[in-house]
Amino acid sequence: MNEMVARTDTLNPLTADAREFEGKALRAQLARSTRLEKAKALLLVLPLLLFIGIMFIFPLADMMLRSTDNGPVAELMPDTATRLLDWDQSTLPDEAIYAALARDIQTAQKERTLGKIATRLNFELSGIRSLLTKSARKLAQMESSDESWKQRLVQIDQRWGELATWSAIKRVLPSVTATFYLSSLDLAYDAKGEVVRKPPERAIYVDNFIKTFAISLGVTLSCFILGFPVAYLLSVLPTAKANLLMICVLLPFWTSLLVRTTSWIALLQTHGIVNDLLVWLGILNEGNRLDMMYNMFGTVVAMTHILLPFMILPLFSVMKSIDPSFMRAATSLGASPFTAFIRVYLPQTKPGIAAGSLLVFILAIGYYITPALVGGRTGQMISNFIAYHMQQSLNWGLAAALAVILLIIVLILYWLFNRIIGIDKLKLG
Amino acid sequence: MALPIYATPFQRAWHYTFWFICGLVLLFLMAPILVIVPLSFNAEPYFSFTQGMLSLDSEAYSLRWYEDFFSNKMWLLAVKNSIYIGVASTCLATVLGTLAALGLSRQHMPYRGTIMGLLISPMIVPLIITAAGIYFFYARLGLAGNLWGLILAHTVLGTPFVVITVTATLSGFDISLIRAGLSLGASHSRIFFKVIMPLILPGVISGALFAFGTSFDEVVVVLFLSGAEQTTIPRQMWSGIREQISPTILAVATLLVGLSILMLTTIELLRRRSERLRGQSPG
Repeated sequence: MNEMVARTDTLNPLTADAREFEGKALRAQLARSTRLEKAKALLLVLPLLLFIGIMFIFPLADMMLRSTDNGPVAELMPDTATRLLDWDQSTLPDEAIYAALARDIQTAQKERTLGKIATRLNFELSGIRSLLTKSARKLAQMESSDESWKQRLVQIDQRWGELATWSAIKRVLPSVTATFYLSSLDLAYDAKGEVVRKPPERAIYVDNFIKTFAISLGVTLSCFILGFPVAYLLSVLPTAKANLLMICVLLPFWTSLLVRTTSWIALLQTHGIVNDLLVWLGILNEGNRLDMMYNMFGTVVAMTHILLPFMILPLFSVMKSIDPSFMRAATSLGASPFTAFIRVYLPQTKPGIAAGSLLVFILAIGYYITPALVGGRTGQMISNFIAYHMQQSLNWGLAAALAVILLIIVLILYWLFNRIIGIDKLKLG
Repeated sequence: MALPIYATPFQRAWHYTFWFICGLVLLFLMAPILVIVPLSFNAEPYFSFTQGMLSLDSEAYSLRWYEDFFSNKMWLLAVKNSIYIGVASTCLATVLGTLAALGLSRQHMPYRGTIMGLLISPMIVPLIITAAGIYFFYARLGLAGNLWGLILAHTVLGTPFVVITVTATLSGFDISLIRAGLSLGASHSRIFFKVIMPLILPGVISGALFAFGTSFDEVVVVLFLSGAEQTTIPRQMWSGIREQISPTILAVATLLVGLSILMLTTIELLRRRSERLRGQSPG
């Protein structure tokens, strides 16, 4: 290096200042060209980045916001809303608030917005929908009298004299709510506005999250147990034979999910092929055919089948790179085949095990189609509840809250996958 | 995995047990596909083999479910829609994905990891969450209940595959080939079409096939976003399984298995070609 500098010096007799100046210019030029390169690279990525941002990330974020959105009640019952702000929830509200509520209910009835109010309030306290419609009907029929609004409303339904009803209304007034997250965790507010556990018969989501975890773990484990030997066999066979057997792994991978699910129904249902076969072989009587479909068992079997290639392929590509001479060295040094396998071979397959297991688990935890089709009552997972609240109960806030929780779990796993394996290592086919 | 001559009886026994276990797993993988093909020729409306089928009585086999498929208006509409959505979203996904992959593989790409993570995320986020988010947003844009909504949604789901396969092809790309082209006086566009394109083409095509396969098999977003007019093959199968289980779906399933064999063969040929082009021996 010194020699080079010396040579430039002799060739290019510049002063120290001039050399520094030239160095700066060169650096600036380099920086400019790097910036240009960066801009070019970004420009290529930009169309897709914008597309994914607008058509995917933004809709997701928008949906997530629904999980804390309290809905339109405060706007639709403005009078009650402003008056209830100062109410301290310890005693029943005063006459002015009852009067405001009666007015608001009548206005909402006229403007046909009562349905919206009732729907939102019903998520807070079930039964409040019928209370509102009943009150609106009775208030319309009522002739003017000297009784206070409080007396009249309590006469219509005594629930207007309960603190729980009023604190439910107060809870839907702020713009942000925690109700849906609490519901997702089987918690609820009591009459005093404190967070309590839901009664066991109505607590379903925590159990379902645990069940979803258990099913995913079960599927991952069975994929590992079934996939490991096959991946090993494929990695040690000569190429021609391995390619032939590889078709057995890749063909299911490329076959439509619905085709495979249909096929499992044909195989496992009560009058399906497996049961027929077992009866024919004399293992089962006609009377005691096994229930293998429309329950958790069916879900786990079908999901294992669908996700098995995602375990085999990463395992295979890692095992393929393991040098067989390590095993030979271990045995020649006196290790039994078993010890050699545990101490020498298995540790080298760790990256494949991590990649396959994480991939299968991530895909399994958000599964919807298979549980919905073959899960019956016991094989439903958290995705199925999200779909139920999206499409049937129309409790979108709760659907969004459940989705956020599921998404956070998946993103943590995704981050872990990226840290341990790296998404750029993800290979297809 | 040949057995050496000096293997002990125990090793021999283990060897055959191991093959047996692997055979069972491979059977587990193939059984659903093997079973569905003969069942689709069942003359009776059952999902299991009849006595006649087992004794290979030609009366017990028929093409009636295939006839039903090709004469059913809903199914034909579904096929048309599926192809239309699949082709359109694949084209979009391939162009967007390939461009992004070219950018991501450049030496000076800033925030590569983060951007890659974002671009791959549609593949990782559970479909039900994607479908829910897309449903609210697209409905507001007037994209629910028409084919465009489905095309855009499937493009989102297809791009990660294109990005992954093309980036993988580019990772073995020798940058001196571009320099050689430039030094020989070729223009940038000429280099792109004559040098870069032929080399990354296998990756682009296999990414496109993955994107097409994803769109062709996708049902969750379709369930949320489509009306009766936009039914697709998976959606018809879905309602076939849920409502009226008719063996017509077995006939469709068999045709789809044929399609997947075709796609698998193409991918395999492409992989070999790609490896040959890059000077690696096909493995």
